[in-house]
Amino acid sequence: MPLAPVLTKRFGTDQPWKIENYERLDGYAGLKKALGMQPDEIIAMVKESNLRGRGGAGFPTGMKWSFVAEPRGVERGDRYVVVNADEGEPGTCRDLPLMMADPHSMVEGIIIACYAIRASRAFVYIRGEAVHAIRRVSAAVEQARAKGYLGTNVLGSGFDCEITVHAGAGAYICGEETALLDSLEGRRGQPRLKPPFPATNGLYDKPTTVNNVGTLASVPYIVLGGAEWFKGIGSEGSPGTSIYSLSGRVKNPGQYEAPMGTTLRELLELAGGMSRGKELKFWTPGGSSTPMLTAEHLDLPLDFDSVAAAGSLNGTSAVMIFDEDDCVVRATKKWSDFYKHESCGKCTPCREGTYWYVGIYERFENGTATLDDVETLLDLSDNILGRAFCALGDGATGPVTSSIKYFRDEYVRHVEGHGCPYPGAHVLAGAH
Amino acid sequence: MTDSAAQNFDQGPVNFRTSVIRLDRPGDPSVFDEQTVAEAQAIIARYPEGQARSALLPMLHLVQSVQGSVTVDGIAFCSEHTGITKAEVAAVVTFYTMYKRTPTGEYLVSVCTNTLCGMLGGDEIFAALAEELNIGNNETTGDGKITIERAECLAACDYAPVVTVNYEFFDNQTVGSARSLVSELKNGTHPQPSRGGALCSFKQIERQIAGFFDEQTLAQDAISGGTPTEVGVKLAVERGESAPGYPVQSAGSPQASRPTEGGK
Repeated sequence: MPLAPVLTKRFGTDQPWKIENYERLDGYAGLKKALGMQPDEIIAMVKESNLRGRGGAGFPTGMKWSFVAEPRGVERGDRYVVVNADEGEPGTCRDLPLMMADPHSMVEGIIIACYAIRASRAFVYIRGEAVHAIRRVSAAVEQARAKGYLGTNVLGSGFDCEITVHAGAGAYICGEETALLDSLEGRRGQPRLKPPFPATNGLYDKPTTVNNVGTLASVPYIVLGGAEWFKGIGSEGSPGTSIYSLSGRVKNPGQYEAPMGTTLRELLELAGGMSRGKELKFWTPGGSSTPMLTAEHLDLPLDFDSVAAAGSLNGTSAVMIFDEDDCVVRATKKWSDFYKHESCGKCTPCREGTYWYVGIYERFENGTATLDDVETLLDLSDNILGRAFCALGDGATGPVTSSIKYFRDEYVRHVEGHGCPYPGAHVLAGAH
Repeated sequence: MTDSAAQNFDQGPVNFRTSVIRLDRPGDPSVFDEQTVAEAQAIIARYPEGQARSALLPMLHLVQSVQGSVTVDGIAFCSEHTGITKAEVAAVVTFYTMYKRTPTGEYLVSVCTNTLCGMLGGDEIFAALAEELNIGNNETTGDGKITIERAECLAACDYAPVVTVNYEFFDNQTVGSARSLVSELKNGTHPQPSRGGALCSFKQIERQIAGFFDEQTLAQDAISGGTPTEVGVKLAVERGESAPGYPVQSAGSPQASRPTEGGK
């Protein structure tokens, strides 16, 4: 499939993060058109486009918005749009480049979303380490306010809108929408029990829609091009484009925007092939939580439904690519380290399960693992998946069970050879 | 460690979620000056009325920008301004990795050692820096200049392996480039990050994270990214590929803005 830059079309142009340059390239045209429409018409259009959340779960955005817009008795000010810009799952590197290069597309999408769901206040929760993106989004918000796209009476429409940029403080769990809301309220970022969902009881217990950066940045284009135009791109159940973030053992890593449903074979060709002339061994379709796939999945269309049918998840379209010289056990150990570090501690299956994962993987690394340990990993995974309080625990099992499914023999080699058979093992010895 | 608060920490490796802040000293909010008080009030004003607690995360970055870590004084200050108890503030502090409970060096060097960066060289880079500086994870050099830490994913896998200094990115690092980066820091020169703003001290960057920018720190002329950010869009131009145009009756067109060479 050919490349199809929509969200990334301004990347590489003359400083697109400056509002005058953004305006020159269709910027805020979507907002102007939206303000001439009824809020419900916009929600209907987004519903019709079948835009699905780009944060990983793929929930239909229009439907999410309609839940929040529902309680008609609620005052405009008593609803919120919250942007999940807490990008930080291993492999994901798409929202930060978007906020760096073209922050106004997200800002414009936020304003349209506020207008549509009858909110007048939005918060952008950006991970604290991403200070480069925090400053760029902060500047974009100031520029938009100076031009009358934000503030009271936006462009003379009678609609008021404010955006607050909020920095996190280093916690992957805050990408979980209810943990994000708790964090935004100044608490430990731990997930809330659902239901009630944020749509009815979100930020400050008010109706709230939590959307990903890429989801909101898609909105101005849908408003301009229409639902039919958007549905004309991508695959049937997953319309639109996806920014595929390629990283790892590829010649030219980076952001490739193509229609949903593009295959890894096509993406690898775009990225110049494998980086050190080795064979593809394993890869993730959308971040570390999405069960890994192998060379047998090169022709799998990468969209929400097709990837799910293959036993994985489309996630954030963060494609991490590893070759035959990369140890799958080590990769999985490092992902398990991540989940152990980032588990919030609220529920036992995740807190204890990720702790045990790491302990067992250390045995594979230092040569003391037994064949029983492979079964223990699977048993442990059974006790986490579906039993954890939120998706972080489920996500932690993804790399473990999928690596055993496709590469059990490699675990066995670690047991029989008393340690890692791959080069570079020495670096890890005593590293933790 | 001259800071009395730092002595409250358990000896040994700091685990960010289990180490204890002993509130055995009440903490003195008055060590923060009038400007900090005004800035704390400005942070609270960003949130709806009656929601001062929402200001807590940026306010903790603010006190860290003054003291270089979150001390019992910082906890008392945040408690006073948000109206929640010191115990509640401390519970938040211990949850998040960016709140440092021991004095942090002028430069916080974070090496991503998660799967992708780690396997592409991050592990070797961390080992080399630890050896060169003769310190371990979460430790600071004797002169108080450099702290090193292993970072979990920094969401820059397309630039792997990455190192950040006070959260500014140095992309596509090697053991050699990371070593020379650290020598420059030791010598007091400020290397230019790959993208983003100019390098500043840990305290200064914490003030920016708290949301206080000026024209210079907003770095509007800094590039947004390097080759990986733009590789796809440039290739699309090369291959003459684009998204379908909008229907004729609609305003604008995705083709209206073909990327141009040379612009950043």
